[in-house]
Amino acid sequence: MATSKTLGESLRQHGVSRRGFLKFCAATASMMALPPSMAPAIAQALEKARRPSVIWLSFQECTGCTESLTRSFSPTVENLIFDVISLDYHHTLQAAAGDAAEHAREQAMNTNAGEYLVVVDGSLPGPKANPGYSTIAGISNYDMLMDTIDGAAAVVAVGTCATFGGLPKADPNPTGAVAVQDLVKDKPVINVSGCPPVPMVITGVLAQFLTFGTLPELDEYGRPRAFFGQSIHDRCYRRPFYDKGKFAESFDDEGAKAGWCLYRLGCKGPMTYNACATMKWNGGASWPVEAGYPCLGCSEPDFWDAGGFYKALSVPTGSPGDVLLTAGAVGTAVGVGAGLMSRHQGKQAAQHHDKVTADQLEEKL
Amino acid sequence: MTPMDFLLLTKGPLFSLAIAIFALGILIRLFEIFALGRAHNYAAARGNEVIPGLKTMYRRFNPDPGTFKRSTFDVVVGTLWHVGFVIALLLFIPHIELIKSTLGVSWPGLPNPVVDAVTAITLLGLVAVLIHRLTHPVKRFLSRPQDYLIWTVTFLPVLTGYLAYHRLINPYPLALGLHIFTVEIFLILLPFTKLTHIFTAFVARYYNGAIFGRKGIQS
Repeated sequence: MATSKTLGESLRQHGVSRRGFLKFCAATASMMALPPSMAPAIAQALEKARRPSVIWLSFQECTGCTESLTRSFSPTVENLIFDVISLDYHHTLQAAAGDAAEHAREQAMNTNAGEYLVVVDGSLPGPKANPGYSTIAGISNYDMLMDTIDGAAAVVAVGTCATFGGLPKADPNPTGAVAVQDLVKDKPVINVSGCPPVPMVITGVLAQFLTFGTLPELDEYGRPRAFFGQSIHDRCYRRPFYDKGKFAESFDDEGAKAGWCLYRLGCKGPMTYNACATMKWNGGASWPVEAGYPCLGCSEPDFWDAGGFYKALSVPTGSPGDVLLTAGAVGTAVGVGAGLMSRHQGKQAAQHHDKVTADQLEEKL
Repeated sequence: MTPMDFLLLTKGPLFSLAIAIFALGILIRLFEIFALGRAHNYAAARGNEVIPGLKTMYRRFNPDPGTFKRSTFDVVVGTLWHVGFVIALLLFIPHIELIKSTLGVSWPGLPNPVVDAVTAITLLGLVAVLIHRLTHPVKRFLSRPQDYLIWTVTFLPVLTGYLAYHRLINPYPLALGLHIFTVEIFLILLPFTKLTHIFTAFVARYYNGAIFGRKGIQS
């Protein structure tokens, strides 16, 4: 539940130094593409910020998003920032269970009506789907979401399942899964996509909300532009190899060992917008492409169905080679047939050609 | 329909449909021409047909001095954008990947900045030939709606490819989808418009060279 303690006080209580805190503020400023002069402003705002109440709803998800956030390179300031928001309901993390847990959610909603943030991970069966596919304490996901967002200030959809439907929505979508933005129309929805999202992106969005009291600038998919504004491809350290035309052809060839571009191994970097290439994972240790693995495009809608993970982006789906061969064979046969027929017609016409004399022609005139 | 649905549609069923129509159409037309053959020549041959025929297929790339002098613009700009188009089509690495997955053959590509520059020149060349067509009185008189249609379907794939490469359309799946879609229009129209010259030009050149070769004349 929201307490009257400010973020600054909480951080000091947790042993975070002023220096560490300012470093975080500077990093956040650069992440959000703000000038360095904004760092003190962020620090000032965050210090004074009251712990906002956050209700975290987990629906059809794998808990990977929560894992990403909680197991991220602790103990760092972003973990503590997360500690010091008032996470009033998160059924994976909270001690209470069953009715007691649901009671905590209702209490947080009543106490902070109109001010709390709702974080959702996981997709949910849509209003027309069977609600029995996913329930919590006997409440369908749909009812719980609609009930909870009623008094929310904003909704943050965390992870590709919550933002775009993700794996549950993958073809043939047996549970009729939909994304949060498909259902929430009257509240601002911030999409933090990724499977899972970069932890710093989640904390960055929360920091922006605490600092400015506003929501970040969003892209076409409702994602914060500061983190999703550039493609993996454009910020990839292997990009020079792509431009030079040097590619790994398999996972263990000389090109792969030399760190060449993974485009031919199916890298979806060119169509994927995320902060992996710049912020990296595990405390800035590495990221998939640096580990020699092509980007799957996990922060994009329908990435599960977007062609094979190991097929280059420009490669068509289906089997165009067979289509070309079949159509070619039919085309050749029809073409030869048509040609021979025309030839035959020409010969017949020549045979039946009735000669006309000049006099006959003149008669016709 | 989401941009990703659009991309998957253009990469999947529409692409298969487009190459089916393209292969069917162009092969019907070409084999009809081959099967029709030519009228039998009863005169005694004075020379070989095949070698001069093949030579002429290549030799027609060089304009004769008279043509060059009369239509310098057409020769220079026409050659420029045709070569640019072919380079962008066949030597851009993602295109080579596509050809490899469809036909099973591949070759080395060019570095992207080179293809990028070539594409920009091709676009400018295409715009220049359109302006020339619209302003030159004779060309304008000779132009039919189909000429403008094939200019458009040739220009659009190059333009959308350039826009997609530079990410000037967002989101990217839409940019790539549009590029593939315009290529599909190009492929579908190819066998039924003047775009068949991509193939028939070489057939015509061969026959031309072969006829002259048979007569023992250089062409």
